[in-house]
Amino acid sequence: MKAKALIPLGLFLLLVVFLAVGLTRDPHELPSALLDKPASLFTAPLLDAPEKSFSSKSMLGKVWILNTWASWCVTCRQEHPILLELSKSKAVPIIGLDWRDKDVDGLKWLARFGNPYDVVVSDNSARIGIDFGVTAAPESFVIDKTGVIRYKQNGMITEEALRDKILPLIRELQK
Amino acid sequence: MIPEIGHFSLILALFVAFALGTLSVVGGQQGRADWMALARPGAQVLWVLSGIAFLSLTYAFYTNDFSVLYVAQHSNSLLPDIYRIAAVWGGHEGSLLLWLLMLTSWMMAVSIFSRQLPDVMVSRVLGVLGLVAVGFLLFMLITSNPFLRLAEIPENGKDLNPMLQDPGLVFHPPMLYMGYVGMAVPFAFSIAALLNGRLDAAWARWSRPWATAAWICLTIGIAMGSEWAYYVLGWGGWWFWDPVENASFLPWLVGTALIHSLAVTEKRGLFRNWTIMLAIVAFSLSLLGTFLVRSGVLTSVHAFATDPKRGVFILLFLFCVVGGSLALFALRAGKVQSGGSFALVSRESFLLLNNVLLTTAAAAVLLGTLYPLIVDAVGGGKLSVGPPYFNAVFTPIMMPALFFMVIGSYARWKTDSVAEMVQKLRPVAIISVLAGCLAPLLAGEWSWLVSLSLSLAFWIVLGTAQQVYRQIKNTANWKSTPISFWGMHVAHIGVAVFVIGVTMVKGYETERDVRMVLGDTVSVGGYTFRLTGIRKEPGPNYSADVGDVELSRDGKVLRTLHPEKRAYFSSSMPMTQAAIDTSLVRDVYVSLGEPLEGGTQPAWAMRVYHKPFVSWIWAGCLMMALGGLMAALDRRYRRKVAASAAKVLDKGVAA
Repeated sequence: MKAKALIPLGLFLLLVVFLAVGLTRDPHELPSALLDKPASLFTAPLLDAPEKSFSSKSMLGKVWILNTWASWCVTCRQEHPILLELSKSKAVPIIGLDWRDKDVDGLKWLARFGNPYDVVVSDNSARIGIDFGVTAAPESFVIDKTGVIRYKQNGMITEEALRDKILPLIRELQK
Repeated sequence: MIPEIGHFSLILALFVAFALGTLSVVGGQQGRADWMALARPGAQVLWVLSGIAFLSLTYAFYTNDFSVLYVAQHSNSLLPDIYRIAAVWGGHEGSLLLWLLMLTSWMMAVSIFSRQLPDVMVSRVLGVLGLVAVGFLLFMLITSNPFLRLAEIPENGKDLNPMLQDPGLVFHPPMLYMGYVGMAVPFAFSIAALLNGRLDAAWARWSRPWATAAWICLTIGIAMGSEWAYYVLGWGGWWFWDPVENASFLPWLVGTALIHSLAVTEKRGLFRNWTIMLAIVAFSLSLLGTFLVRSGVLTSVHAFATDPKRGVFILLFLFCVVGGSLALFALRAGKVQSGGSFALVSRESFLLLNNVLLTTAAAAVLLGTLYPLIVDAVGGGKLSVGPPYFNAVFTPIMMPALFFMVIGSYARWKTDSVAEMVQKLRPVAIISVLAGCLAPLLAGEWSWLVSLSLSLAFWIVLGTAQQVYRQIKNTANWKSTPISFWGMHVAHIGVAVFVIGVTMVKGYETERDVRMVLGDTVSVGGYTFRLTGIRKEPGPNYSADVGDVELSRDGKVLRTLHPEKRAYFSSSMPMTQAAIDTSLVRDVYVSLGEPLEGGTQPAWAMRVYHKPFVSWIWAGCLMMALGGLMAALDRRYRRKVAASAAKVLDKGVAA
């Protein structure tokens, strides 16, 4: 075997590594155009009680997080323990937006994995998602007391993102 | 019931493919004739099974069976019949099924047209293809089953993406996939040869028509896709260097290098490793293209929202197929003896040079396509590589290739003298450069890039013409010249035609983007467009705004064009249907934009283009494909093996 003949194999393996890393990345993760703009107000039925509704107006005066998720979303499941942890700390209210999902599936999912949300609303038709420029789940928005979007997390909230960016920002905004 | 039959056929096909793949390859290694004998019938059964699966899905579409998830997602009861059938490959799962059907069709073809091949070769080739089929069947059954049923049957389907409701969908994907998947055949021949340990001229002769056939399909498929994008996107572009396009172009570039390299291996027994490598790379790039398109790493809306299993699966599959072949190559390549020698100035050298250029161009395109992904993977942030990169890198690599193309077809095998070639080609060179410099003056503005490109195109045409003339004059019975000789020249002239088309469009196209109310006129390239009316017209599953645009030149009315803006009932995105007046030397193109607010009269945004010689781009591609077809039909591929294999080596010099 000539060493030279191994070069193509080596190059290919390098390519595979890049492709594998590429699989974990999101090509469309771009800064949101909605950043530092007022979040659009919405009223939506509660997931667990569709006859009642929730209006985002009621959150004015509070700093809060809007988290989009869905039962079909694998990454949301990874993100879930972090949200549960955050919810336990009572640092910030989390409003869940069950996005492009069936209500039954969403409820089952919460019953199974736990519910970190103060309120969960249903957005099967993705109408609210469109207003927030949601292209995929999970995505999260930090919204300040005046209703302005101050931060957007594309993909799951990682422990690092929570510790280094989101919690300091929330503390700042809550002052 | 019918979808279940399709599903069941796929499962059966998986077992058949697995048995075929293992038994044929192992049988070949151990010389077991009884196992090898399974290869042909195995491939044929596989074809029948995938055909049943494909027909089942087609039936589900035709009968609007919305209990099948895939049908519900990609069809609608209002969809016209022809699109209902084409919608079978309008989405991910069905495309894979089409992929599989094409693969097994190639296998079927190999099993039928391989009578002159030794059994062990056929068995290995079909075995390797069977293993590839196993990969795709597993992929389909695990992550992308088109036959999944819905528990709650919807009233109607979501409809086929309006962008796809076009005759282009009927022909473009099958043709393109034929080409993509066809690259698996020369790949399988190469793997078989590596397993065999013998890479001889006979092997090159056997795989050559298959490589050419796949290349023809790929050429036509890409050209049709480009034409489709041209008239349906409404902004007159014909190539966008989009990752999906690149995914089809990469195997084409390497495939082009492959068919030329095979020529050398067949005639002279040289470049064997190089040919094997190209065959492996061409198919690997087809698989990589599938990965890029299907996994969402580059194009889809979100890598997470789609099933992440898919990307992982294709990557694993890619790893096994390509990694395995390259490892086999590394093991065996050293043992391959290189054939004879050749001088620096010889046909071999020029073919090698052009192959290096083609491969370099492919590498540059691959780099540009993957660069965003690589930069992101190393934490460099998001960026995109656009046409400026590709144009800047691709053109300078291809220009020398065009130049050497003619020299390569002139040079003799083994050795040639520079002085003699200069003497033969000097008049051609002088005339081409002169014509190339003068022609832009006729078209209007002079630019060196246009002159250079046109000179190269004339160089190819005149060089080829002179060679054909010499062949006719110097050969006693020129009519007995093999058809592959004519094929080569037709394909080369096709390249020149393509180059002229691209150069003229790039150099002299004009466009205007205007706001028009009824009665307004706009002029471009000497043609005048007058908007005379806009009316509503219903379609089967859309309603359209149709414009009446009167086209005139020098005050003489030529015809009325009808650009459309269609609003499909199932989609919020309006679709453009451009109206094009095509002639041999130019297209005039008008597309209807959005209705505009403001003003007292209703106004519309309109785009008009004058595109000189644009149809030459596709005509050139068709000529290349025709040339390929002529080459593949050459009689010598159908001759008996025993006689030809021995003859090849002594014939090498003469040919």
